[in-house]
Amino acid sequence: MSIRHGLLALLERGPSHGYQLRAEFDAATGATWPLNVGQVYTTLDRLARDGLVAQDGEPDSDGRIAYQITDEGRREVTSWFASPVTRQGAPRDELAIKLALAVTTPGVDVVSVVQTQRSATMASLQELTRLKTGADDDLAWSLVLDHLLFRAEAEIRWLDHCETRVARAAARRGETPVSPAPTPVAAQTTPAGKRGRR
Amino acid sequence: MSAPVLLLSGVTREHRQGSTVVHALRGVDLAVHPGELVAVMGPSGSGKSTLLHVAGGLDTPTSGQVLVEGTDLASLSATASATIRRRSVGYVFQDLNLLPSLSALENVSLPRELDGIRGRQARGEALEALAEVGVADLADRFPDEMSGGQQQRVAIARALVGPRRLLLADEPTGALDSTTGEEVLRVLRSRCEAGAAGVLVTHEARHAAWADRVVFLRDGVLVDQSGPVAGAESLLSAGGAA
Repeated sequence: MSIRHGLLALLERGPSHGYQLRAEFDAATGATWPLNVGQVYTTLDRLARDGLVAQDGEPDSDGRIAYQITDEGRREVTSWFASPVTRQGAPRDELAIKLALAVTTPGVDVVSVVQTQRSATMASLQELTRLKTGADDDLAWSLVLDHLLFRAEAEIRWLDHCETRVARAAARRGETPVSPAPTPVAAQTTPAGKRGRR
Repeated sequence: MSAPVLLLSGVTREHRQGSTVVHALRGVDLAVHPGELVAVMGPSGSGKSTLLHVAGGLDTPTSGQVLVEGTDLASLSATASATIRRRSVGYVFQDLNLLPSLSALENVSLPRELDGIRGRQARGEALEALAEVGVADLADRFPDEMSGGQQQRVAIARALVGPRRLLLADEPTGALDSTTGEEVLRVLRSRCEAGAAGVLVTHEARHAAWADRVVFLRDGVLVDQSGPVAGAESLLSAGGAA
């Protein structure tokens, strides 16, 4: 991705300088993937080199240079929106690698690896749900939150699936799973205090 | 810290199937305080529904204690236990929640009339409860004149009418589409924020995420629980700057 395409899409709305572009990008995405100004200016330089944007007038009194999109830049944005995002190959996923190694490494308690992750992902899901209730009026950000939410949910479903498969494989080998009797945890008696909810 | 509305300590439930004993719950400890929504997750057969039934006095533990508003249900006679159950606990199920021949208002005021409250006051409280879940305008509708989501709101109002503070929900969004289901969870959440204690049984992570705490059941044992993470910002930055 394309910070490149993101900035081009923002410039299609009108000329702008780096700081402003960064603020607009962060506003649309809830600062989920924050940009630094250096990245923004480096990208603008490359876009200018490739003829997709051009400097818009002279630097202002603060020395900031505004950029405007070129016709070629507009064609690039149109084609970006029109084409699907392709994720080439499977990006290396630490969790999938960890699980794959857990089931093949003797002595690893796979059930507990799965549960540790499930609990952590569940906590993220809770937090995202909380953020989402405060983001109702901001369509762009709430869609980004939905993306993260669905991803966390998918991860939990996959973990449930892993657990079932591991148990089934163990049963087929005539073994009990690595962790036959889960250890109970002490009931946490958290106070019912209001947690910061947005 | 306020006293828990629901307290389970060392709760075990065994079912006998012929000569074999099935351990539905094994030494479960759980406290739910006012203002708190706790979700119970686990695969089918993990003991989720048994936990909910035991918590609401619909089932009796083989050993251990269940305290509702500080009262040990096992110490009571069947009649007294039924009274506690009726006066302190509200249930919301996946469906079949409302009596079809009664209007929304009558459905919600019924438990109060059974409590011995006079009709007029009971109706006043019912109307208040309906307003709290955002459906006061549906008071005169019958269940078949309402959408599934509206019916579940009425069911939540009925579960919490009067002094009831413990709400037990078993897959309350099961039959609803995802947007309507989310609205029902919002209502559940806000009733808990207003001071009720809620237990939500679900197999959907997305629904459990509305809770303050999620507990995981495996083979009748509470294996883990998750609360919210420390800071939202740390969570978002964990996605990495792409």
